[in-house]
Amino acid sequence: MHEEKTNTLLIKTPEGIIFSMLLAGPLTRFLAWGIDLACIFVVSSILGILLGIFGLISLDFSRALTVLAYFFISISYSIVTEWYWRGQTIGKRLLRLRVMDVQGLRLQFSQIMIRNLMRFVDSLPAFYFIGGAACLISKRAQRLGDFAANTIVIRNPKIVEPALNQLLAGKYNSLREYPHLCARLRQNVTPKEAGIALQSLLRRNELEPLARVELFEKITSHFRSIVEFPDEATYGITDEQYIRNLVDILFNS
Amino acid sequence: MIINLQKFIEAEKDYWTELEVILDKIENEPEHKMAAEQVKQFHYLFQRTSADLAKIATFSSEPEIFRYLESLTARAYGNIHEIREKPYRLFPLKWFFYTFPQTFRRHIRAFYLSLAITFVGFVFGGIAISFDPMAKEIVLPFRHLQGSPSERVANEEKVLDDRIKGVKMTGATWYMTHNTKVSIFVMASGITWGIGTIILLFYNGVILGAVALDYILAGQSKFLLAWLSPHGIIEIPAVLLAGQAGLVLANALIGWGKRTSLRMRFREISGNLVTLVLGVGIMLVWAGFIEAFISQYHEPVIPYSFKIAFGIIELILLVLFLSASGTKIKQKDA
Repeated sequence: MHEEKTNTLLIKTPEGIIFSMLLAGPLTRFLAWGIDLACIFVVSSILGILLGIFGLISLDFSRALTVLAYFFISISYSIVTEWYWRGQTIGKRLLRLRVMDVQGLRLQFSQIMIRNLMRFVDSLPAFYFIGGAACLISKRAQRLGDFAANTIVIRNPKIVEPALNQLLAGKYNSLREYPHLCARLRQNVTPKEAGIALQSLLRRNELEPLARVELFEKITSHFRSIVEFPDEATYGITDEQYIRNLVDILFNS
Repeated sequence: MIINLQKFIEAEKDYWTELEVILDKIENEPEHKMAAEQVKQFHYLFQRTSADLAKIATFSSEPEIFRYLESLTARAYGNIHEIREKPYRLFPLKWFFYTFPQTFRRHIRAFYLSLAITFVGFVFGGIAISFDPMAKEIVLPFRHLQGSPSERVANEEKVLDDRIKGVKMTGATWYMTHNTKVSIFVMASGITWGIGTIILLFYNGVILGAVALDYILAGQSKFLLAWLSPHGIIEIPAVLLAGQAGLVLANALIGWGKRTSLRMRFREISGNLVTLVLGVGIMLVWAGFIEAFISQYHEPVIPYSFKIAFGIIELILLVLFLSASGTKIKQKDA
């Protein structure tokens, strides 16, 4: 069966848990490479100045060391950094990219060597044209080096722990005075609708004040059409509080 | 169905935080080693978090917690489920005298193919020069090789002083870096189903054949041997080994008669490719020094007989090394 190209890679663990990893696209990778190139240039320049001291002994020796140092740094920079930082160079660290085994396993040294030596072909004819094209075509966004080394490059955006405390309320909920309506609410609300209510609360601080009022008004009116609570239960509470009470009933039962 | 999110979070939150702290430590301090108890706890936290991920994926529509748990699971997975053998501690001498020659012999057929392609190119280059002297300009891209061999030899033999004094080291590093780049390129071109490797090997053979025949026809065979053998005896086989690595890569890509998946085939050869490339690198470092310090000097500075004898000794040692080194260990293992 034909598999479509996606920007995620699904991994199934032996325990049967499935999780996805976000694949890095060619542009992000190109930017990371640009940063790495700048790092190589800076390190080589500094080393060139330092090795210039040997010129006092022999100019030939000093030149040879500089040529050798540049060659060694340009070849080994990615190999050493990716090995030491488990799949990351400075550019990749800054852009939160990471080289990984295609099965999500830990990288082997031979994989790092091969993917970096294959750059000689990937970078042809200029600016990683072949590698970039391969990346666009490949369903796992792999350049030729990744393909030969069984590696992928993933993007690992910083996912901070959600504001879980907001969900752990514990305040008085007037709607809970009507258990039969609460039960009907839980029965009629779909998980998708419940998710919208929860997300609106979690992200409420990201909204402009007016948009926030309008959004909660719309959501409240939708939930009122599912289950109508008596006026004394909703008297004096804002639409946002109404949704907070609903989420409390839906998720904290 | 909706789970009791409050109870769920209250019960699990501390485990997620603990796992995140361990993962941050592992990622920020690659050299950090965990004690057995810590490893057990890490494994437990991974299992617990991945089970939470499964629960929340099935019973809830809460995307933020799902993404958070998914990120934790993905980060921990690579560290927990490493099933392959850990790489051995590096023993450079053992690697050089055992692993490298053994790897070479393991893929000897690819080497013979590499040799055959170069030989065909050699014959082609020789024929081209023999039948059409004008072909020299096209076949040989280097200006210093396009002149008359006899004139060059006469000029070289007039030189009595050290004409490359002060640039020997620079020359040696240039030869090393240039040849290493070419060799890596020959290996990496194997990814083009071997076509790139074959073309490069053939072209290398054409240049060699053209130069050799040009000097032989001009009656300068002795000069040719003395000029090329000290470094060429190592440099040419190094390129052939790079070609061997490229053909091994191509064979894994094509996978004739193999039932294993492409991914498995690449996994099987990856260590061998690295070994061959590193071996080629070492050979080229040696060749670079010899080319700068011996090959570029001619009679009367260094006698041709000495240079040819040096080349012959290198050849004998190289053949012995590649064919016999590391064989005793293999027999014991068997």
